[in-house]
Amino acid sequence: MKARHKRFGLIALGLLLLVIAVVLFTKSFKSNLVFFFSPTQVASGEAPKTGNFRIGGMVEEGSLKRLPDGLRVEFKVTDTAKTMQVQYKGILPDLFKEGKGVVAEGSLNKDGLFVANQVLAKHDENYMPPEAAAALEAAKAQKAKDAAMTNATEGAK
Amino acid sequence: MIPAIGELTLILAFILSIIQGTLPLVGVWKNKTTLMNLAVPTARAQSLLILISFAILMYSFYINDFSVLYVASTSNSQLPTMYRLAAVWGGHEGSMLLWVAILSIWTIAVTLFAKNLPDSFRIRLIAVMGLVSVGFLAFILFTSNPFDRLIPAALDGRDLNPLLQDPGMVFHPPVLYMGYVGFSVAFAFAIAALLDGRLDNAWARWTRPWTTVAWAFLTLGIAFGSKWAYYELGWGGWWFWDAVENASFMPWLVGTALIHSLAVTEKRGAFKVWTVLLSICAFSLSLLGTFLVRSGVLTSVHAFATDPSRGLFILLYLVIVIGGALLLFALRAPNVGLGEKFDVVSRESFLLANNVVLVTAAGSVLLGTMYPLLIDALGGGKISVGPPYFDAVFVAIMAPGLFLMGLGPLAKWKKASIPEIGTRLKLAAVISVVSALLVPSVLGKISLMAAVGVFMGAWIVSTTLILLQNRIKAKQLASVSLLENLKNIPLAFYGMLLAHLGIGVFVLGVTLVKGYESEQDLRMEVNDVAKIGDLAFVFKGAQKIQGPNYISSQGKFVVTEDGKQIALLYPEKRFYPVQGATMTEADIEPGVFKDLYVSLGEPLEKGAWSVRIYIKPFVQWIWAGCIIMALGGLLALLDRRYRIANKNLSSRAEEVF
Repeated sequence: MKARHKRFGLIALGLLLLVIAVVLFTKSFKSNLVFFFSPTQVASGEAPKTGNFRIGGMVEEGSLKRLPDGLRVEFKVTDTAKTMQVQYKGILPDLFKEGKGVVAEGSLNKDGLFVANQVLAKHDENYMPPEAAAALEAAKAQKAKDAAMTNATEGAK
Repeated sequence: MIPAIGELTLILAFILSIIQGTLPLVGVWKNKTTLMNLAVPTARAQSLLILISFAILMYSFYINDFSVLYVASTSNSQLPTMYRLAAVWGGHEGSMLLWVAILSIWTIAVTLFAKNLPDSFRIRLIAVMGLVSVGFLAFILFTSNPFDRLIPAALDGRDLNPLLQDPGMVFHPPVLYMGYVGFSVAFAFAIAALLDGRLDNAWARWTRPWTTVAWAFLTLGIAFGSKWAYYELGWGGWWFWDAVENASFMPWLVGTALIHSLAVTEKRGAFKVWTVLLSICAFSLSLLGTFLVRSGVLTSVHAFATDPSRGLFILLYLVIVIGGALLLFALRAPNVGLGEKFDVVSRESFLLANNVVLVTAAGSVLLGTMYPLLIDALGGGKISVGPPYFDAVFVAIMAPGLFLMGLGPLAKWKKASIPEIGTRLKLAAVISVVSALLVPSVLGKISLMAAVGVFMGAWIVSTTLILLQNRIKAKQLASVSLLENLKNIPLAFYGMLLAHLGIGVFVLGVTLVKGYESEQDLRMEVNDVAKIGDLAFVFKGAQKIQGPNYISSQGKFVVTEDGKQIALLYPEKRFYPVQGATMTEADIEPGVFKDLYVSLGEPLEKGAWSVRIYIKPFVQWIWAGCIIMALGGLLALLDRRYRIANKNLSSRAEEVF
């Protein structure tokens, strides 16, 4: 085999591998994107009915309950506008606390209960996960907007 | 008073670093010796000033000077001395000061050990280091001054985050930063080479030892971090594809590519442009890592409440450094020339493949890490990329690379023959296939992943050993003993062998822990028994104990194997009153073949606890592999050719353009 042929063969092989790699890559990437929704968005049905997604906000005060089996816990996550029930089996992270920020990953079961397979509550006391902070901000902005709307309509009357 | 001196020395260092970064460059350009001679003294003086400033901050921590805001917010008088000192880098400001302090150590090392370089080159090198320092000092002085005062002083500090009160905190950040910042030297070498128009074998030979040391430190730093996460975070994982982990891993991947590409540049004069580009990328990724960790844009175990204006500053700095370097690269690189030609089958080609694999892997990690930020910045909503993406893509990319690792070092430079390499590797192939079949069946569960992983691990280990045997044969002198022959092989070669063996050990560890670990979350009452295989874990209840700055519930577990007691484990749940924080301290019985891992969840009714029990087979091999890799790097550094080369080559190195 001439050197030129050999080179051509190798380049062709390289390109083939590249195409396969890109296809696998894109597929894997797409199927592993996890989207984030605030409790308000979940309440309005924007979140997927099946499959994993993330939610975030504050753990509502006094909402943490342990189920009788001793391992599963339930708590409520709120963005101050809407609240949703979350169930989690396993050991909660150390910094999980009522009244603090939390991000949970999981999916909705058929009764509409969010079953988390991972709960993230991080590091220091005052740290709020950016997603959770954004969810609270959005709810606040929406409330302000609603208030302004009501004022405006009342003014028109 | 003393903290004010710390601030003053930082300001002086800032001024000196501006001089170090500019006037000598002008001096080289205009050929003015007086200006050129400023480089070394200013570099040493500013480095020394930074180190003094760092020592002063450490002293403020030591004496609990709560009139310093940073000390008051990250330390406490109850904190044990070791952690009080480590608390220096427990927050943002101190971490940045640690960054420049380590840059100072590297700068001083460059002025001391890079003596035998041509003058113009050496001065440019030092000046570029100065410019790197300017940016970081400006950042510290203008946005994150660790010496800001708190008046009146606090009565006591807010304490170090309990998560960081661990021996890992003493080692992980400094060692990791030694690696991160060490790539600034390779970067400075690349920029100086572009400015100087000198990109030859000699340049590669000068750069190699510096890059290798930085790489070895980075390897160790990442391994320490992984180990720490494993025992501290209480869920037994050793790698989470967390954004900040990725941030340290990307420079590692590119740095590994750089080490190999430098070898080609040194030996064959090829890949020059590529090598320079990799040097720039490795450091750029280090800076990006700093940005990701420090700007607080990510949800991560490393993210603390931070100030977005800092993020903007680092981003700006990043744009200037990376943009400037790439611009210079674009202007100068076309003149470099290609170096010697090589056949499609040759060691050069294998090393090229190695580089393609490593850079692609770094690219896919970069994509997964940055994509969520990008989408968020463009207003596309909040998303995250799941670990399965990284697992799948990373393994798929690295697997062919690991296979080629066995072939590459046996191939000849310039032109090699595949049948010849094949003959030499028959034995390795047999050993690997047999292990791939045998090991999973011995461990009791056969899966494709485990078989492939064991094959790769065994392949790397056996080909590396065959490589040594071949090297002895090729250079053998019949007149001397085997030991003498072994002595004649340069240390750099042994370093390479060791590093490759480390990869093999690492791959085996990862495969076996992934394939054969078991984990259980349980509710256990006193004297409950949890059975996992031949092992039985008996919970003996928990009791309160008092630590130096915490109160703890300490559980007791008796572990038996076939009825014989093999371990006593005391996992804890600690409460740190100053920050009102709870911490899980897992207890682990490490072993060569398996780790026993127990951590406490929460207390339930009547003395029962929720408990997490793991068996982690071969998990220690992961970190052992990393340590072996790093030792390989350090061994290569001791090769005498770097010392001799610096003396001789500098005088006869030819100009390339």
